[in-house]
Amino acid sequence: MLTKRIIPCLDIKNGRTVKGINFVDLRDAGDPVELAEIYAKEGADELVFLDISATEEKRKTLAELVYHVAETINIPFTVGGGISSVEDVDVLLKNGADKVSINSSAVKRPELINELVAKFGSQCIVVAIDAKQIEGQWKVHLVGGKVPTEIDLFEWAKEVEERGAGEILFTSMDHDGTKNGFANKALAKLSELVNIPVIASGGAGTIAHFSDTFKDGKADAALAASVFHFKEIEINTLKEELKREGIPVRI
Amino acid sequence: MKIVIIDYGAGNIQSIMFAIKRLGYKAILSHDAEEIQGADKIIFPGVGEASSAMEKLKDTGLDKVIPTLEQPVLGICLGMQLMCNSSEEGNTTGLGIFDLDVVRFSNKVKVPQIGWNQISDLKSDLFTNVPEKSYIYLVHSFYAPIGKETIATSEYDVTYSAALRKNNFYGVQFHPEKSSDVGSGILQNFLNL
Repeated sequence: MLTKRIIPCLDIKNGRTVKGINFVDLRDAGDPVELAEIYAKEGADELVFLDISATEEKRKTLAELVYHVAETINIPFTVGGGISSVEDVDVLLKNGADKVSINSSAVKRPELINELVAKFGSQCIVVAIDAKQIEGQWKVHLVGGKVPTEIDLFEWAKEVEERGAGEILFTSMDHDGTKNGFANKALAKLSELVNIPVIASGGAGTIAHFSDTFKDGKADAALAASVFHFKEIEINTLKEELKREGIPVRI
Repeated sequence: MKIVIIDYGAGNIQSIMFAIKRLGYKAILSHDAEEIQGADKIIFPGVGEASSAMEKLKDTGLDKVIPTLEQPVLGICLGMQLMCNSSEEGNTTGLGIFDLDVVRFSNKVKVPQIGWNQISDLKSDLFTNVPEKSYIYLVHSFYAPIGKETIATSEYDVTYSAALRKNNFYGVQFHPEKSSDVGSGILQNFLNL
């Protein structure tokens, strides 16, 4: 049986994990490769690296990081953050990334999805969507959720699927950082609407939140950052608990 | 041991190179027929779309070379699918090594299947020390049904072939290079053949 995936997300700036990671057993808390290795050993099913740096050397630094991660870990990983062209994706995949995620660049130029799918295949193209409710309507937001658009979340998700994306990573800006649980109502609607996997993101605070997003939110995978980084939830424990609740997970 | 990964411009080859390196071996990347024929073990990767991958094989003449190889060959993901008779994806004629026709999952399930699933009914040296129902990582929209060459099964929408074998030719639908320790074990088993 296909299992539900648990995906830690690492924010990267200039090739280093962003401050605030609280791992006592890390030799170097800023080393994404070391952290990736630990997560892989603890039973993470996949990893996401989100590059938030904005320097000119960004591409080269990120490509080098991807190379070292691929060299070290034996589980799949996705790379996102500022990817806007076929060339960007080509470099990351050649260095060993399994998937890339695109966000604002796809909203600005939706044909990019088709171009990437034609060149690299659906299986490695994840479209990340950040959305927030405005007067009861879920609207897509850009630039890490800062800039609102008039685009409806569900219409955009459908278009993304039709253009060939292999997966949708949906982050609710209303839930992100709250630790009050995932946006399960919107997730369930999304999951019914499209026939590609949906990754839930934003709001993880407890083990029950993960269980809820798989049961009520019908999510195929759940992504979180701080609860894992601060060891508030250990992946092993999380998966044992999910298994006890009858949710299929890899242990 | 000389390990050659067939390079025909399709797929995430770097991950396979690294997986082999982690096992303590070195693989070479090549599209040269003589180099491939002179290898002890051959890995035939593939990610992407079937018909364009097949075109690339034809352009390099490798479609004629691969079926004549006599040493152990391991097709991974699309590589395995191209070793079948045909694929519904892009109405592609395959290499005809495995007597199966690759078809698409129905829309009763989410397509592609992405993630970790289990392998069962394991037979062949490829799975030495690999327990039944081990988890492996897959990303695919098309699958090979069950046939006489099936050496492992998995379930998604239907029961399908997770691995195939005919003589020296092996194929796996999953990604051993991304399937954690189980995957490394399977790759090591292949290199031990």
